[in-house]
Amino acid sequence: MTTHSTITHELPAGPVVKGKLSRDDIIMRACMGVIALYLVLTLAFPLYTMLSKSFSIYRVDLSQYEFQVSNENGQFDGTIVTGAELNAKTGVYTATDLSTSADGRIAVTKFFPDFSFRSPVLYQIRNAVPGGRFLVGSTLHNDTNWLELNSNDFRRVQLRPVKSTGLANFVNYFSTPALFNSIKNSIWISVLSTIVTVSLAFWFAYALNRSCMRFKGIFRLIAMAPILVPSLLPGIALVYLFGNQGMLRELLFGHSIYGPIGIVIGSIFFTFPHAFLIISTALAISDSRLYEAATSLRATPWRTFWTVTIPGARYGLISAAFVVFNLVITDFGLPKVIGGQFNVLAVDIYKQVIGQQNFEMGAVVSVVLVIPAILAFAIDRMVQSKQVASLSARSVPYQPSPNAKMDRIFFAYCTLVGVFIVGLLAVCQFAALIKFWPYDLSFSLNNYQFDKMDGGGWSSYFNSIKLGLLTAVAGTCIVFFGAYLVEKSNGFKTGRALFQMLAMLPMAIPGMVLGLAYIFFFNNPSNPLSVIYGTMAILVICSVTHFYTVSHLTAVTALKQMDREFESVSASLKQPTLKLFSRVTVPVCLPSVLDISIYLFVNAMTTVSAVVFLYSPSTTLASIAVLNMDDAGDIAPAAAMGMMIFYTNAAARIIHLIASRGILKRTQAWRSR
Amino acid sequence: MVLLPGKAKFKDIPVNQSNPSGAVYLCIEDLWKSFGSFVALKDISLNIYESEFVCFLGPSGCGKTTLLRAIAGLDLQTMGAVLQDGKDISNLPPSERDFGIVFQSYALFPNLTIEKNIAFGLENTGRSKSETAARVAELLELVGLSDQSRKYPAQLSGGQQQRIALARAIATKPGLLLLDEPLSALDAKVRVHLRHEIKELQRKLGVTTVMVTHDQEEALSMADRIVVMNHGVIEQVGTPTEIYREPASLFVADFIGEMNQLKATAAAHDSVSIGDASLKSQTHTFASGDTIIAAIRPEDVIPHAHEASSSDAPGLQDAQENTFEVMIAEMEYLGSFWRCRLQNAGFGDTELIADFSINAVRRLNLSENSTMLVELPQDRLMAFDYVEAP
Ligand SMILES: Nc1ncnc2c1ncn2[C@@H]1O[C@H](COP(=O)(O)OP(=O)(O)OP(=O)(O)O)[C@@H](O)[C@H]1O
Ligand SMILES: [Mg+2]
Repeated sequence: MTTHSTITHELPAGPVVKGKLSRDDIIMRACMGVIALYLVLTLAFPLYTMLSKSFSIYRVDLSQYEFQVSNENGQFDGTIVTGAELNAKTGVYTATDLSTSADGRIAVTKFFPDFSFRSPVLYQIRNAVPGGRFLVGSTLHNDTNWLELNSNDFRRVQLRPVKSTGLANFVNYFSTPALFNSIKNSIWISVLSTIVTVSLAFWFAYALNRSCMRFKGIFRLIAMAPILVPSLLPGIALVYLFGNQGMLRELLFGHSIYGPIGIVIGSIFFTFPHAFLIISTALAISDSRLYEAATSLRATPWRTFWTVTIPGARYGLISAAFVVFNLVITDFGLPKVIGGQFNVLAVDIYKQVIGQQNFEMGAVVSVVLVIPAILAFAIDRMVQSKQVASLSARSVPYQPSPNAKMDRIFFAYCTLVGVFIVGLLAVCQFAALIKFWPYDLSFSLNNYQFDKMDGGGWSSYFNSIKLGLLTAVAGTCIVFFGAYLVEKSNGFKTGRALFQMLAMLPMAIPGMVLGLAYIFFFNNPSNPLSVIYGTMAILVICSVTHFYTVSHLTAVTALKQMDREFESVSASLKQPTLKLFSRVTVPVCLPSVLDISIYLFVNAMTTVSAVVFLYSPSTTLASIAVLNMDDAGDIAPAAAMGMMIFYTNAAARIIHLIASRGILKRTQAWRSR
Repeated sequence: MVLLPGKAKFKDIPVNQSNPSGAVYLCIEDLWKSFGSFVALKDISLNIYESEFVCFLGPSGCGKTTLLRAIAGLDLQTMGAVLQDGKDISNLPPSERDFGIVFQSYALFPNLTIEKNIAFGLENTGRSKSETAARVAELLELVGLSDQSRKYPAQLSGGQQQRIALARAIATKPGLLLLDEPLSALDAKVRVHLRHEIKELQRKLGVTTVMVTHDQEEALSMADRIVVMNHGVIEQVGTPTEIYREPASLFVADFIGEMNQLKATAAAHDSVSIGDASLKSQTHTFASGDTIIAAIRPEDVIPHAHEASSSDAPGLQDAQENTFEVMIAEMEYLGSFWRCRLQNAGFGDTELIADFSINAVRRLNLSENSTMLVELPQDRLMAFDYVEAP
């Protein structure tokens, strides 16, 4: 008799079966550990170092120094005065002078009004407490012994700050209007650029998806072109068009292009493809059945637009808005070229670090910049996950029907946008090829003689290609393998979740912030990794990390489409998982692998923000050369170099296209019946 | 019918009644599996014998796949042991166990030819190239796809893909073959054909096989023994005949084949009362007066020639030796037999369904709205726990 009634349905107490790890499990976890370690070393640690830097305060504490002064005969009477007392008496240094940076130095001779370096008077100085620091020349003294110096040596005494932790840097930042005004500036130009770009891109995408106008393919290509150039290139074009000697200067009615106007126009240019792509995808997946329903209910086109089209594309629109906002607020190249006196956060970081060597304040601005960037990023991720959920329920793509009048309106609109994009690129190319704007408009290749200009010459161009290729190869391997490990390994849930978080983090970190964090972390002699500082390696690492997230997401999407039982089958056949990876996973995912490489290549070619802190004289880059030549007033060569980047990236995309087609053709046997 | 599965109280059916060859090959002991707070498998114990074809059968979500994956080591059980060939494999990873597996999706490697798919598991096993090629050829021959070896999976039909997946799984001659709904992605006709083929293949190879299915026909026609599962517990284990003829619980009785379920009261140890009538039944252990379900399969109802002619609506009061008069409410011709809905005041609203051969219908001259005599034979009339509809 079966006696089920004795079965308890509660899990009994007792030890849970612990699985033994297979060799593959161990190998995969070890590999995942290595890639996670890579991300920790190239992302988490540098960011942490930067964060702690922003809370580091360097103050010269005058009460910690004691002085004795002799008479003309070099005899001391035993009177000891502290630095604080001397400063109180003479009033040489204000509190602001004393709160300095890590490299701050304070001279002491001003405390003694009758000081002369030729006098026979002797001086004694010591640290009143252990841990105080002062320099004589370049020798550091941090003990409490009296040091006797003649006046000539005393001249070379410099007091060094001591480090403490606190919010003083932030207090300082928010009490300096010149600095915190940038927050407002950054936000309002980002919001304005976002509104304009998203509106323009929406109608452009709408025309391409919902009308029967002609030349859609060409318009699509044009819309994507700005991705191939550094963000500062439109700035250069705008200088040519609307600058002090610009051909269309009158159109601005006396306003200057240098400032918000230039930044917004340039931002529209370089963020357009991103917005277009997202919105276009959102429009492409909407369901035609809804339109049929609307038509059968005799809704007017206007009503259909508001009740069907907009709600269908809303996730795309929101996502595009946050992406554009993020791109604009974190961009450095464009405001550097055309911002003029208009301060924005990204450029402030650069000014603090490169201009004033105030690394702590650079770190503070970085922290301030990270906050809106992370917010925008987080909202975008939330929205995108919603869109994925709604996507699966969709079906039947919309087929537009011809409408001569609307098609003509859309065509005219797209032509206008196209002219804007192609126009800015053409201006750069034109400027690059003429002798001397605006005085000598004859044709010349002089501007391509980069070796005669600042910025590293042709070698920076070849360095850039090298960087692009190395980033593409190394990055694709790391990212794809990492994504595979995290998607397909067994168990180890916490480890995998942590890895996912690490992989998502780079997207939220602005390039400027990453670059500065790298200075703090890698340019520290006590860090054994500092050997890579100033080499091509750090540029590659920085680029791979900077562009990690999008590549990772592309890889994960491709891997999710693979049958999840492949690994089970391979294990049951006792074959190493890595064999499955190389024989099946990589070949099947090859199109996505190529997509990741081209993405990394193009971005490494165009990036400015992350690498601007990290290049060395032997590793100058084309995009940085554009910036530096523009800075030095060689605007035409800057435009020429910018266009070189454009052509290189365009060529890379064409090669990528041919390669993808070739691979698909060679392997189509198994893709379709 | 609004009755829920209850428990058999008939006689002791040893859980493992028959064992084809004697030696236990796979032994599952007190196995539990939980997903967070949800317990998917509850104290499963089961022996599977050498060269046996066992089906896990049960409704969707009952834990069949979970049990199969625990056997494979793909999702470890929370508690309990699995022994294969005398060896404790409870915590071994799949790669250290000895099994071949076929998934519902087949999981064929799309970029490798049929040949290479089958050869995948033969590589790095110490076989020479020519040995591997010979084995692949042999397997292709076995599944009858020798002429397709250079094709890619996507170029084959579903049934062909299924056979390739099978060939790949048995290529390394595993001791255990696991099949998770291997036929459910195919259309009905191919399915019936492949059932037969897989069964043949398994018999030829003598490989111990566990197949998961929720299709009772598939299980009845293929399995040496069936493990019927429900809500994470084993309801019954037995040969197809045992499962069909001697269901251990109302759930099994209801899940496999059809079963009339009549509300009744237990009487003596070998009789039940339906309405006023006392009917002889299989022996049971209910106490006299317990409310129970009396159950009988439609094909077990025996038609008898009608002798007495009564104009009244039939009742059970004149039941003699389990035979009584019923009214034929409806007759439905189902090709090889007639399905009749029979009414009797003693059944209340429930109709007794009976399947009569065409021959019997003709011989007894049965027609709708007429009365007839039926017998519920004692050895086919079962008693189960009464379960109130929720
Ligand atoms: N990874 C998981 N996490 C949580 N619950 C799970 C998981 N896998 C299975 N379950 C649950 O365990 C129960 C048994 O699942 P299982 O896949 O074994 O069912 P099944 O009998 O194979 O059903 P089907 O016939 O639908 O395949 C189900 O209720 C299911 O929801
Ligand atoms: Mg299942």
